[in-house]
Amino acid sequence: MSRKPARIRTGLPAWILSLPLVWMLLFLVAPFAIAAKISLSRSALAQPPYEPSFDWSAGVADWMERATQFSFDAYAGLFADTIYLDAYLSSLRIAALSTLCALLIAYPFALSIAHAKGVLRPVLFVLAVAPFWTSFLIRVYAWIGILKDEGLLNHALIWLGLIEEPLQIFATDIAIVIGIVYSYLPFMILPIYVALEKQDAALLEAAADLGASPWRAFVQVTLPLSLPGVLAGCLLVFIPAVGEFVIPDLLGGSDTLMVGRTMWVEFFDNRDWPAASAAAILLLLVLLVPLRIYDRLQTAEERT
Amino acid sequence: MKRGLTPAHVTFLAFGFAFLYVPIALLILFSFNDSRLVTVWGGFSTRWYASLWSNAQLVASLRASLIVAVTSAAIATALGTIAAYALARFGRFSGRSVFSAILYAPLVLPEVITGLSLLLLFVAFGVERGLTTVIVAHASIGMCFVAVVVYPRLAGMDRSLEEAAMDLGATPLRTFLSVTLPLAAPAIASGFLLAMTISLDDLVIASFTSGPGSTTLPMRIYSQVRLGVTPEVNAISTLMILFVAVCLLLGVLITRRAAPDRTA
Repeated sequence: MSRKPARIRTGLPAWILSLPLVWMLLFLVAPFAIAAKISLSRSALAQPPYEPSFDWSAGVADWMERATQFSFDAYAGLFADTIYLDAYLSSLRIAALSTLCALLIAYPFALSIAHAKGVLRPVLFVLAVAPFWTSFLIRVYAWIGILKDEGLLNHALIWLGLIEEPLQIFATDIAIVIGIVYSYLPFMILPIYVALEKQDAALLEAAADLGASPWRAFVQVTLPLSLPGVLAGCLLVFIPAVGEFVIPDLLGGSDTLMVGRTMWVEFFDNRDWPAASAAAILLLLVLLVPLRIYDRLQTAEERT
Repeated sequence: MKRGLTPAHVTFLAFGFAFLYVPIALLILFSFNDSRLVTVWGGFSTRWYASLWSNAQLVASLRASLIVAVTSAAIATALGTIAAYALARFGRFSGRSVFSAILYAPLVLPEVITGLSLLLLFVAFGVERGLTTVIVAHASIGMCFVAVVVYPRLAGMDRSLEEAAMDLGATPLRTFLSVTLPLAAPAIASGFLLAMTISLDDLVIASFTSGPGSTTLPMRIYSQVRLGVTPEVNAISTLMILFVAVCLLLGVLITRRAAPDRTA
């Protein structure tokens, strides 16, 4: 059967195979080019609310002339107003803190699932990631009733006599962190569990035979081998959390600054499209490094 | 991995599952609360469920959401499967890493970025916004998820089956349709379900790309939630959770029946 593949034989005609590529260029690549272009425009009281806007029927010369009207006003605006800088910094801080908390909860949880025997293991695993399938919005909403000043958590704590006055958690950054950890926990559990589950039991036995304590075996064998899963989980939580809109909007306070929410307000309430586009492009640039690492992890995963 | 649970493991599991499920359980419990105050128990009642059906806006948005979810998931499944097939069968074609980077990025990219730039695209081309634009947006995101789910199945498939079919005289297309596709069917089905779930759940991208009169269910729920916590929202949420739970259970049963020989 060691036949040399003389030519690639595929079951689909080339035009069908190229459909996803065409679709991706049109709807996943072109939009960013347009967003970049609009971020260089000026805000205007027009429909659409920016200029210069390019007319598709206009000639190249006309386009060139209009391109000279490009401005960096929107970007300058982002840096002139400290609101944006604060929003980026606080988004990164909240996302990093949430990622750390999610990791601290998910790791022992995933490790315990991986330790379960027989049919219990897949059952526990399915139960751990099942909440991902229920509506994100609903899961965030569930926490409003719990965290509010007159909410269930404060009721319970006062009833237990642990506190006298209701805790102010709702509308703070802590509420946002809780919301992010809760919503994104399955994304952290999944890669860590996969990394732990495929580890060879013989490695731990060998460590034990050589006299390592269970703790030492964990630190020197299990933990290092699970690090790719940990990294993947952290990126799957961190990258989307930085631009999160729903959680800061519903659980955060009116003064909460997260860049996803700031962009939303700029776009829908202030109708400043160039500013919103510039904020989106800048966020994309900020996320380029974690995205690149994530992409390399995916490619490495493919090869195994 | 050495198997067997110690008391420490059981504690971690109990804590983890409590964290994951207590909020959902409380949400369901308070949908049966007779009191309008969501956090004080006032007796058992199903009246909030009854009031849902008379809410015409809600029913209309449910209909819009279902249309968008099914249509976009169908497009996403077709495109995502072809993309996965191209990745799995063409080894290292030039531009492969760029292709896969574009395919993987939307899985983690904040939705505000994707939503905003898709809207700008539609505006730049003068496309009227409505259900169609939401379908296109959801299909674009969904195809990435489908490709990620289907790719490992196609890449791990025994190529000799395809070769045998072609040696027996089947055309490449026939081989694809009657050997490759059926073998990848479970992965394609779960890709479809995933794309549909993501579409049904999406608030941010739908808010950017929909037009007047094309409000989806999450958009409707969101506008109600912003007005405060109400038992009606708890009731809708409970029904949605029930729907997802039934689908998940069916999915698990079907995959167990369809693939008893699957190696773990």
